[in-house]
Amino acid sequence: MIKIKNISKSFNGKSVLHSISGEFDKGKTNLIIGASGTGKSVLLKCIVGLSQPDTGNAFYDLRNFTEADKEVKSEIRREIGMLFQGSALFDSKNVEENVMFPLNVLTKMPPDEKLDRVNFCLKRVGLENVNKKMASEISGGMKKRVGIARAIVNNPNYLFCDEPNSGLDPQTSILIDELIHEITHEFNITTLVVTHDMNSVLGIGEKIMFLYKGDKLWEGSNDDITHSGVKELDDFVFINKVMKGLKGK
Amino acid sequence: MKEFGRYLLFLQSLVVRRETFITYYRLVIEECMQIGVKSISLFVLVSTFMGAVTTVQTAFNLVTPLVARYVIAQVVREMTVLELAPTIMAIIFAGKIGSSMAGGIGTMRITEQIDALEVMGINSSSYLVLPKIIASMIMYPMLVIFAGVCSIFGGYLVGTLTGILTPTEFIQGLRSLFNEFTITFALIKSFVFAFLIGSISCFKGYYTQGGALEVGIASTEAVTSSVIAVLLADYFLANLLL
Repeated sequence: MIKIKNISKSFNGKSVLHSISGEFDKGKTNLIIGASGTGKSVLLKCIVGLSQPDTGNAFYDLRNFTEADKEVKSEIRREIGMLFQGSALFDSKNVEENVMFPLNVLTKMPPDEKLDRVNFCLKRVGLENVNKKMASEISGGMKKRVGIARAIVNNPNYLFCDEPNSGLDPQTSILIDELIHEITHEFNITTLVVTHDMNSVLGIGEKIMFLYKGDKLWEGSNDDITHSGVKELDDFVFINKVMKGLKGK
Repeated sequence: MKEFGRYLLFLQSLVVRRETFITYYRLVIEECMQIGVKSISLFVLVSTFMGAVTTVQTAFNLVTPLVARYVIAQVVREMTVLELAPTIMAIIFAGKIGSSMAGGIGTMRITEQIDALEVMGINSSSYLVLPKIIASMIMYPMLVIFAGVCSIFGGYLVGTLTGILTPTEFIQGLRSLFNEFTITFALIKSFVFAFLIGSISCFKGYYTQGGALEVGIASTEAVTSSVIAVLLADYFLANLLL
């Protein structure tokens, strides 16, 4: 479980996050949603420690990550897997080397075992026989899959996904969403996804936090989101004709 | 001053939370291959011509018959060892390797690859930058020695083939009044310059923000700052050690 308490962040005097608190459950796909520029990615970066919050703390299973020293932070980070918006695969390495990278750097696993683990993870995300392809040679959807394989290769307790659907066609987006959702349940991971994609919200959002202009306005599940009673959330959810039709029903 | 302070903090970050020795060993070998093998042809070309041109221009300026012709080789030797091989090559090294380091790390920054390393619990600056600096400090002195040899060889070829001086005169000039400390001085300079170029270029790349345009700007700044630092260090080292 990840718990955040009163996280605030500002850049050059401009406040981006205003005292955000909440909990993200283990074994569930937790979503942070909101329009572009509402501070979703900033909040995610504050939680994983890529950005230091001005105030507030993030707790990983009761361990205070924000105020921990570098050694403890490093230890907690080794339990984290993250899928980046642009996949962030290492250009100079092939698929196999990319996925194996965390094992090479963080573990003392024998080479055969590492290769087995890499092949297992690649198979799990639906990629086989692409081990030797360079990261630049594969499609956007495949890059996301490789990114997921790299994120889960070290058996993480926490999985973070920053806009996993960005740049993907709707069909591939759904496949990536389902993959993240399945992996979360299969390995009992605390998964946190930042997205503004309504398909993801309705499809996999077991616990959803809605941000609006740096404030948390609503928290709930995908079953409740269509009748939240929060105007800003309704404006975000019922933006297109299909969703408006859903509201009518 | 703020930038200089940030540079010092950056240097400090290279030596905390280090990875295992074997990890660095592999990375340093890879970087040595990149830096050494990729630069050698350019160094051979530039240094050979530099030596050749120095011979021709020194001969052109020595118009009095009172000065023996072997002095031309002596001048070529001194210029090569003291300045051309370590300093001029450092400017070329900054242009080729420094810009490549800044561009590479800058691209990793804007494509979130550095964030990916940090999230894994790896000290990204130490992992990415330290091997590059160490490899520079290993390879650049070797390249300087190589460039020195090529420069003197270029001077010998042009001097003897065009009849400026005989092979015997050239060898006599090379050996005349030779002070071994000039070699030590050149190697000290090459270590310092390699450190400056490696660290400044990586520093510029590491703090790149924005997109492709900013990566280009970071590469240019890396070369400019490295060259200025090399020239300043050249002056201070000459004052200090000669």
